[in-house]
Amino acid sequence: MALKMVKGSIDRIFDKNLQDLVRGVRSHREDEAKYISSCIDEIKQELKQDNIAVKANAVCKLTYLQMLGYDISWAAFNIVEVMSSSKFTYKRIGYLAASQCFHDGTDVIMLTTNQIRKDLSSPNQYDTGVALTGLSCFVTPDLARDLANDIMTLMSHTKPYIRKKAVLIMYKVFLKYPESLRPAFPRLKEKLDDPDPGVQSAAVNVICELARRNPRNYLSLAPLFFKLMTSSTNNWVLIKIIKLFGALTPLEPRLGKKLIEPLTNLIHSTSAMSLLYECVNTVIADCCVCVKTDTCPRPPQLCVQKLRILIEDSDQNLKYLGLLAMSKILKTHPKSVQSHKDLVLQCLDDKDESIRLRALDLLYGMVSKKNLMEIVKKLMVHVDKAEGTTYRDELLTKIIDICSQSNYQYITNFEWYISILVELTRLEGTRHGHLIASQMLDVAVRVKAIRGFAVVQMATLLDNTTLLAGSGQHKSICEVLYAAAWICGEFSEHLEDPVHTLEAMLRPKVATLPGHIQAIYIQNAAKLFAAVLNGQQGTPDCQTMQESSQLLIDRLPLFVQSADLEVQERASCILQLVKFIQKLQHKEVEVGEEVTALFAGELNPVAPKAQKKVPVPDGLDLDAWINEPPSESESEDEKPVAVFAEEELRHARPHHTEVDEKELARRREARKQEQANNPFYIKASPTSQKGYQDSTGVEHIPVVQIDLSVPLKVPGGWMSTSDKYLKLEEERRQRERKERGKKEKKKKKKREKRSGMGRRHDSGPESEEDIAPAHMVDIVTEEMPENALSSDDDEKDPNDPYRALDVCDIQGNLQNGSQVVVSIIFENKSTSFLKSMEFNVLDSLNSKLQRPEGSGPHDGLTVPFQLPPGVSNEARFIFSVQSIVMPQRLKGTLTFIVKADDSSTHEKLDFKLHFTCSSYLITTPCYSDTFAKLLESADLKGTSVRLQEVSLPFHHLLAKICFHHHFSVVERIDSCASLYSRSIQGHHVCLLVKYAHQTVTIDAKCDESSLLGNVLEEIKKTFSQS
Amino acid sequence: MLLGFNRAGKTRLAKWYMQFDDDEKQKLIEEVHAVVTVRDAKHTNFVEFRNFKIIYRRYAGLYFCICVDVTDNNLAYLEGIHNFVEVLNEYFHNVCELDLVFNFYKVYTVVDEMFLAGEIRETSQTKVLKQLLMLQSLE
Repeated sequence: MALKMVKGSIDRIFDKNLQDLVRGVRSHREDEAKYISSCIDEIKQELKQDNIAVKANAVCKLTYLQMLGYDISWAAFNIVEVMSSSKFTYKRIGYLAASQCFHDGTDVIMLTTNQIRKDLSSPNQYDTGVALTGLSCFVTPDLARDLANDIMTLMSHTKPYIRKKAVLIMYKVFLKYPESLRPAFPRLKEKLDDPDPGVQSAAVNVICELARRNPRNYLSLAPLFFKLMTSSTNNWVLIKIIKLFGALTPLEPRLGKKLIEPLTNLIHSTSAMSLLYECVNTVIADCCVCVKTDTCPRPPQLCVQKLRILIEDSDQNLKYLGLLAMSKILKTHPKSVQSHKDLVLQCLDDKDESIRLRALDLLYGMVSKKNLMEIVKKLMVHVDKAEGTTYRDELLTKIIDICSQSNYQYITNFEWYISILVELTRLEGTRHGHLIASQMLDVAVRVKAIRGFAVVQMATLLDNTTLLAGSGQHKSICEVLYAAAWICGEFSEHLEDPVHTLEAMLRPKVATLPGHIQAIYIQNAAKLFAAVLNGQQGTPDCQTMQESSQLLIDRLPLFVQSADLEVQERASCILQLVKFIQKLQHKEVEVGEEVTALFAGELNPVAPKAQKKVPVPDGLDLDAWINEPPSESESEDEKPVAVFAEEELRHARPHHTEVDEKELARRREARKQEQANNPFYIKASPTSQKGYQDSTGVEHIPVVQIDLSVPLKVPGGWMSTSDKYLKLEEERRQRERKERGKKEKKKKKKREKRSGMGRRHDSGPESEEDIAPAHMVDIVTEEMPENALSSDDDEKDPNDPYRALDVCDIQGNLQNGSQVVVSIIFENKSTSFLKSMEFNVLDSLNSKLQRPEGSGPHDGLTVPFQLPPGVSNEARFIFSVQSIVMPQRLKGTLTFIVKADDSSTHEKLDFKLHFTCSSYLITTPCYSDTFAKLLESADLKGTSVRLQEVSLPFHHLLAKICFHHHFSVVERIDSCASLYSRSIQGHHVCLLVKYAHQTVTIDAKCDESSLLGNVLEEIKKTFSQS
Repeated sequence: MLLGFNRAGKTRLAKWYMQFDDDEKQKLIEEVHAVVTVRDAKHTNFVEFRNFKIIYRRYAGLYFCICVDVTDNNLAYLEGIHNFVEVLNEYFHNVCELDLVFNFYKVYTVVDEMFLAGEIRETSQTKVLKQLLMLQSLE
């Protein structure tokens, strides 16, 4: 024993202390992990010794390692041992370690209750203090319940040092054990009057935090806090109290009025910026409340002045906060902020992006008809010199947001806007091509009077080859060509030289564009062709017509070869049509009218709410059953049959096509149910989703009617820049002002004659209402069907509980041997706007998300759309897969910005993508003779599984296998069937399914045995789940 | 959450006032390090971070970050960090990074004296220093 002691103390000399460990870690930079694992081994030895000093040293070292990120939860029991040492030095080490690494799940915590209680009541205030501090970190609901009384007693401890700690820790106790709040609150309230200012401020802190969660319960304390606010000189406490009032005023508007005076005094007197900022913020919040109740004493002119000082300050922090607060004022008092436009525009030059973004936010609210052009012009200058593409893209979206807000309310000249959009297309590498495109389409369709101008501009865009050239790297910007082509085709009557545009649309280079754009090109080339024919009708010279037919016949074959089905189909269809027309032309038959008739009728925009406004006809009860639903058991049986039948439908067997509408609806329902049970289901083909939608007559769709009362000015040149419009607009307004001035003078004279009293004579700045727009655009009125309901009750459900995004369906589409396309439907179930979504997946060795060239292997992909509340959209991602013989699970995250009214937050959502082996199979039909040959070949290896106690009917069972695992039935004889499927890499999978006495035997053959094994495993799972 | 780390991302101080598991803590530290260290002196001392905001301050090669609710007062916490660093400076007599490394447990004591349960507990430097010396004398 003595020897052991001696040996222990000799070892002790060689033990590393903390300093040695720190030095060691620093000198082993290269192989830190290895060094630390050897240290941990040493520590484990040290912890086995009886000597508490050694243990404490070991625990201290562990705490250091924990900070560096190493797991020390295995030493939890040793930590408790050190905590219970009677020596303060060791006890402190123990508590520190516990506070750093214990959490609700640590099971040894329940061993500590008595020890902590002992320490709390220790005569030594430092023992108590250290226990309280530690407890604040690792308090669990159990500890809170057991120790609440002890801590409550400590709130009246003789030493302020302990009182203060006890008060603060009560907050944690309340959170973990809410029942303790009621009995403890009176004492907590007493502490607001504690003689020690530290304890007082601790109590203020706790009550403020509580009140932030539930302000209503603390209204009664308002007078007490009011007294504190006027008497206290501690800025930290004042900030807290003012923040508390900020939470209380929405509940009690009278409080807001009362607060204005002391807050104003503070704003004038304080030198502490933090306090000033808090006061300003609260005054702003008060005013928001006041505005709602129409009792606002006066606009917060003082606040705006102070904020201006903040924004002008050279300190970036103050600038940022100033802008932040300014945007709050903007909501209630836009007028008082608008005069500071210059300042906000200056901030756009700031080096810090967060300041620039805040300034942009402010600008959005500051525009008016009067200053829109000027602001956008400045923004365009910034777009040109912006460095990062992210910021430039942000500017771009902001410009479009600003211009298009409230139905283009502030745009007085749409020619100018089109020019701006055209200028934006020159931005390289922007991600927002589709945004520009949709704006072009929207404006061209809805503002009739602008079409002529827009078409000319779009024709120039089509003619311009730079956009085509850039299509390789910057995919997004060529989206504008989509809009350009459509606008030129649809409104071709405005084209000056349709033949030239037709030629531009059929250049071979077009074939490098994405498929959907090519398709639009071809379709609209056909429309243009029709327009050319129609235009030349009746003229003796038919050369132009023949030339353009020849042009189409020469150029279209390139597109007929396209890999994109849509392009191919349209091209070959139109090619045949043109060939036919050419034949007729040779016979000198007039065809112009007939061809034009193909594209007759105008497309009109439909108001988004239109469908809902259509009144339900009398006697139609949408909730009533048309047919009684089939009984429960029947539907169980029927469901899979439907699925199975539909599987065959895909192969377009003629005898299945005569299923009626109802049947289809029921099948669709059944399939939806199947998929709902399996949210990560990857199915072979996303087709056949559409096509069932019954198309109602076009004439019933309500349209948005747009009316332009003022005719357009003749544009001065081809590619007019937006600047010109600014000037024109200025001139126009000046002219108008003069005219108005004249009129006014006349009026005045009359009036003077009559009453002899001059009323007003201000040549000051014109007011908002006085600016007559160049294009009177009445966009707001959406024409509704007759006898439409006027009530506007289609607001979104405010009770939507989740502000989460729902990845609701993952469908896989398999193309070539190593690529898998996963389409994901993002549905925004929240009530907030989601944007900047980034999709990222942790690649495995086998499966990799395909990212654009130049991005790193961990970069996320931007989801190419934003989601307003309640909207869902689908995005596709391509994965490359090397081996398909094993199932895969990929972890991924989706990050996105939730945009609420006043703030936006960055959030993320984790998900898993499950690539089953079945998802690598493609339903491929196979004839029984081919199947027999396959089975005979020696390449296939066989295996079999047996499924017990399957109580499904046999056809149901087959349907399940076909549906979930992408097989097709080759042949079925009684209770025996052969099934076939093929993997994307060409493996043949053959199954022979036999069914007898609730037992299913599946004999399977495949040229890849592990793939087969996994598929069978998955089939087994499908049946064990049901 | 109160964090201290150097430019290279070595943690020098990590105090958590919300519960996370170890992996999550490490991930958070890395994320905070990534967003904070790219910013230079011309930037603001605030960064929006998940549902919170980070208020940070750089002292030579060391960053001190505090992560708070978006509604909290930025400037107050900025001053809070400075106050904390001033106490460290006083306590360690011209504090440098190595002081914090070798006396990391003392740093935590300072933190606990100044912040408790995520709230600013004591702002008076003299009071904090007096307590710290008392605690030291007990060793």
